[in-house]
Amino acid sequence: MPKAATRPAPIQPVPKSPTGIQGLDEITGGGLPRGRPTLVCGGPGCGKTILSMEFLINGARQFDEPGVFLSFEESLEDLTVNFASLGLDPRPLAARKKLALDYVRVEPNEIQETGGYDLDGLFIRLEHAIDSIGAKRVVLDTIETLFSGLSDTRTLRAELRRLFNWLRTKGVTAIVTGERGDGGMTRHGLEEYITDCVIVLDHRVVDQNATRRLRVVKYRGSTHGANESPFFIDESGLSVLPIASLGLQHRVSPGRLSTGVADLDEMLGSKGYFRGSSILISGSAGTGKTSLAGYFAEAACRRRESALYFAFEESAAQIVRNLGSIGLNLEPWLRKGLLQIHAARPTTSGLEGHLSAMHRLIEEKKPRVVVVDPISNLISVGTSLEVKAMLARLIDFMKVKETTALFTSLTIDDSHPEGTDVGISSFMDTWLVLRNVEMNGERTRTLDVVKSRGMAHSNQVREFVLTHEGLKLLEVVRHEGRVLIGSQRAAHATDGPVAPRRSQKRATRT
Amino acid sequence: MKAKSRRTSKPRKTRAPSEFFDLRLYIAGQTARSLAALANLQRICDEHLEGRYRLEVIDLLERPQLARGDQIFALPTLVRKLPVPIRKLVGDLSDTERALVGLDLRPRAASRS
Repeated sequence: MPKAATRPAPIQPVPKSPTGIQGLDEITGGGLPRGRPTLVCGGPGCGKTILSMEFLINGARQFDEPGVFLSFEESLEDLTVNFASLGLDPRPLAARKKLALDYVRVEPNEIQETGGYDLDGLFIRLEHAIDSIGAKRVVLDTIETLFSGLSDTRTLRAELRRLFNWLRTKGVTAIVTGERGDGGMTRHGLEEYITDCVIVLDHRVVDQNATRRLRVVKYRGSTHGANESPFFIDESGLSVLPIASLGLQHRVSPGRLSTGVADLDEMLGSKGYFRGSSILISGSAGTGKTSLAGYFAEAACRRRESALYFAFEESAAQIVRNLGSIGLNLEPWLRKGLLQIHAARPTTSGLEGHLSAMHRLIEEKKPRVVVVDPISNLISVGTSLEVKAMLARLIDFMKVKETTALFTSLTIDDSHPEGTDVGISSFMDTWLVLRNVEMNGERTRTLDVVKSRGMAHSNQVREFVLTHEGLKLLEVVRHEGRVLIGSQRAAHATDGPVAPRRSQKRATRT
Repeated sequence: MKAKSRRTSKPRKTRAPSEFFDLRLYIAGQTARSLAALANLQRICDEHLEGRYRLEVIDLLERPQLARGDQIFALPTLVRKLPVPIRKLVGDLSDTERALVGLDLRPRAASRS
């Protein structure tokens, strides 16, 4: 077939081995390069070993790819304890030949160099371990320790180059860890030998908050997210939170659900919010944001839908008490478990900590509605850009799950609520603004719908009151072409003839 | 640390001429380097340890599982099991001087005072 020979062979995308680590597979577009070594480097305590361990454990458990962990730093006992601290007991996996652990002890004091040598001993050990369980994955943590025991760096370098090439011919997907060095990514320049994929981990403190960051520096033959992504380590392992959005491919639901306030439903095309949409309620202090959030959550519980309430300002008890004062009784729903309140100070953990915890809880509890009250408090633990990225991610995540999410946001300047600090309104489908209008020596609460995508909604600014019986929107009273609020309304009601009409202007959005 | 604690007031002594040496030479196949290591070791033993040593040669290509026990990563490696403490001589033993020092058959250079 002479004709086919002239045509270049189709380019195959780089095959990948999924790590099974939340978020990491997303950034790398499916995992680490299959059958090739990947360099994971960073300073002490940056999470290299944990990432490597999870890569092996997930490989053994989820992808039927047995793995070898060759440690140069920790004894087998220490390794086992470290695995166990992540809830990953390596022993059963080792017993089933899904995992092999080996410890290469390099003791500089007992070594004397007497002539030419190579690292065949290491090759043989590794090969023996790989072949004994049919390993597809290998971790070398961290091979640079060899430099502390052997002084002939020229031989060592040549041997390491040979080792990495050998790993490639062996077809195992490997993680080689390296400690960050001065001037280079690793102390002994491993990045010169491993160029297929390089991941840098970082652990730094910003404004007293410890933050972990992961970045894919290089990925030969593959596109990858180049951003720094926050990641988080807790008792269930490591999760990476890509800054990038999940994309806009999620399903949309035509279903509607009540805001919990009949009058407000009326303003939103008589039906309320869209299911799976995101709602922003912004306003300055004391405008009733938490009350509206409470109504929303309570209405969900009434429909026997589970609600998850993240409180970043008040304790659970405080929320229950305060909402009780406007006639919202949350106790029974809490008891039934339909409503769950998770209260935490924003500063108790870093930004990625909150994000990760929220993701995990949503994943675990599968609530139909979620309240984040207030989202603006998270600004205190991250830069505006980070909060924005984090929020975009959370919103996309919930949309994929068709979870309706309501966020409250505290605005400082009442006159410009549109200038929400986080600039998050573009992610929101429905945006309500609450104001405290001060006029003629009194304050009046007003509510208006700034936007509500995909539905007819009222354009009016409505006055509302919070009473023992609950939140009520007041009838719109017009007089001489003006909308009357506060005591003007009262005066008008007693003085003049009122034509109480529900002037729900149905407006189509432009 | 270890060397320091061992060395008390005077520099470390060489091994008494009566001590028994238990040696293990790890190699991988009959490579030129393996053979050189074996020849060099044989010479050292003949000259310094006649009648008071035992040598076991382990080919890791045949018994790879043995690499773990003596923590072998470089080859060839000579392990002195006895007398204690264990010592490891990495390389083909072509540097006789260093080999003898490593086996404590010659005092360490006095440069490290």
